[in-house]
Amino acid sequence: MPGRRHAIRGAGLLVSVALTVLGLLLVTFLIGRVVPIDPVIAVVGDRVSADTYARVRQELGLDLPLWQQFLRYVGDVIQGDFGTSVLTSRPVLEDILRVFPATLELATAALVVGVLLGIPAGVMAAVHRGRWPDHLIRVIGLIGHSIPIFWLGLMALLVFYARLDWAPGPGRVDVFYEGLVDPVTGIITADALLAGETDVFWNALHHLVLPAGILGLYSVAYIARMTRSFMLDQLRQEYITTARVKGMSEARVIWRHALGNIAVPLTTVVALSYASLLEGSVLTETVFAWPGLGLYITNSLLSADMNAVLGGTLVVGAVFIGLNLLSDLLYRLLDPRAR
Amino acid sequence: MMHTTENGLRAWLTAETPHSRGQARLGRVYLGWLAFARNRLAMIGLGIVLLLVLMAALAPLLAPYDPYTQDLSQRLLPPSAAHWLGTDAFGRDILSRILYGSRLTLMIVALVAVTAPVAGLLIGTVAGYLGGWVDGALMRVTDIFLAFPKLILALAFVSALGPGIENAIIAIAITSWPPYARIARAETITIRKSDFISAARLQGASTPRIILGHVVPLCSSSLIVRVTLDMAGIILTAAGLGFLGLGAQPPAPEWGAMIATGRQYVLEQWWVATMPGIAIFVVSLGFNLLGDGLRDVLDPKGQ
Repeated sequence: MPGRRHAIRGAGLLVSVALTVLGLLLVTFLIGRVVPIDPVIAVVGDRVSADTYARVRQELGLDLPLWQQFLRYVGDVIQGDFGTSVLTSRPVLEDILRVFPATLELATAALVVGVLLGIPAGVMAAVHRGRWPDHLIRVIGLIGHSIPIFWLGLMALLVFYARLDWAPGPGRVDVFYEGLVDPVTGIITADALLAGETDVFWNALHHLVLPAGILGLYSVAYIARMTRSFMLDQLRQEYITTARVKGMSEARVIWRHALGNIAVPLTTVVALSYASLLEGSVLTETVFAWPGLGLYITNSLLSADMNAVLGGTLVVGAVFIGLNLLSDLLYRLLDPRAR
Repeated sequence: MMHTTENGLRAWLTAETPHSRGQARLGRVYLGWLAFARNRLAMIGLGIVLLLVLMAALAPLLAPYDPYTQDLSQRLLPPSAAHWLGTDAFGRDILSRILYGSRLTLMIVALVAVTAPVAGLLIGTVAGYLGGWVDGALMRVTDIFLAFPKLILALAFVSALGPGIENAIIAIAITSWPPYARIARAETITIRKSDFISAARLQGASTPRIILGHVVPLCSSSLIVRVTLDMAGIILTAAGLGFLGLGAQPPAPEWGAMIATGRQYVLEQWWVATMPGIAIFVVSLGFNLLGDGLRDVLDPKGQ
């Protein structure tokens, strides 16, 4: 019987995800329809005869009723056809697959920063509740929520690149190293390791520090706040008192027992903050000339390349939904009570 | 004399047995204010926000120069006695531009903070009160909007509508209402089965009347807290759109756009991009502090 209940719940989840994806497609489709640019003129130019115009319009399916156009759009997207980019004159999907690894690399590095700093910070804040570590972390979080990330990026470049010369400039590697390793995964640090080019690896890593650190600051604030409140819940429990009474060291009580018990909700928090990092990468990539999906979307926007913009939006939205689903599934999988 | 009236007023406000509904209500507001005023950080936040309003109102009086007049002989001057925050690439005084820019910031925040929560409140209360398929449909739409990353969705809307400050405001408002709808729905569900709602219904009150007259006011205080906390986010998103060249267009002195134009000089003439960024930071910090303080007063559950 529990197996069947499980299957029903799983099916409900699938239907809900499918509906959300369909809604995502509807939104991008409708945005594509309200654009003041005539798609026919975008293809053939504005000096064509009425006959040609009508023919192209028919070929593009623009004479069909709106719902049929939407079905066509959904069909195209399912087959991986996001249209052609006006800017690069290549299929949008191909472009996105080419730039996506750069964003993935940046967001992952930022997530590592967020987890490595955020979780210990949150634990410290909970343990020293109401004293200076707690206040300090609250203030850092407040500042993190108030600083424009693109401005912080510029200031970091000004201080660490121009003035102190500690960090390399914008871009993923120095021009000297550009194209030295074959893109296998598209993630330069991984490619360099695969090819055994340690110089390139260190250079790429060096380039990653500043943008990932700044992007990571946001997830530090979020992860620390959530860790703090989860920890406070745990530290109130009786098993903590029992462990202390048994003479267990305080470090073991906190880092093994309490932290171990919040591991499950923390995984979902980390998955969710990964999603927001993908979003934050749009502005960070612009400042650091990081050739990822965010830079691709903004560049396409500025040249009114709608296929590329909507394709990029769709991919980010789909990743967002995917990560939400993943955090949901992880929670059910890891927490025995949710099964 | 003054002293006694003040004492009289305070006694009237804090009276144990108020004589009228108005007195009781004002008394509660006064007690809330006392709790709020004890929070030093929240008072700093309130001060910053009031300063922003003053700056916006008095910009023509305060600004030492015209924010639009270009003077190429004065370009890229460092901060000095004549130009406190320096000048930009067109020789315009940065302080004056920041002062005038506060009007744009305030306008964006005000317009989004008026439209998005009202839309979210209506959708959320209707969904929560009516329940059934209406609830299902409305919440499905809300979830779809929540599934989008906000900034990316705003970018897509601006790309469709065309760059400009009005379209940026519309895009931000369209992407901000879903959390409000969720909050309003959750609050509505907890009160929809209350006795006073049943009483109102038995008296023959129509559904719109119950929703607007009884449900909406009860959902408002948690929404106000949330809106204040979101204002910093609205400012940052608007500045981000301006920075990307999709919000306010030059020569408008919008702070994000000012950072974008200062970007190419950032390594040498650092002040051009730095000053507007500080302005954005201080104002968002102010709204965040104010929001935190309001939450402590209006929503004690959150503690």
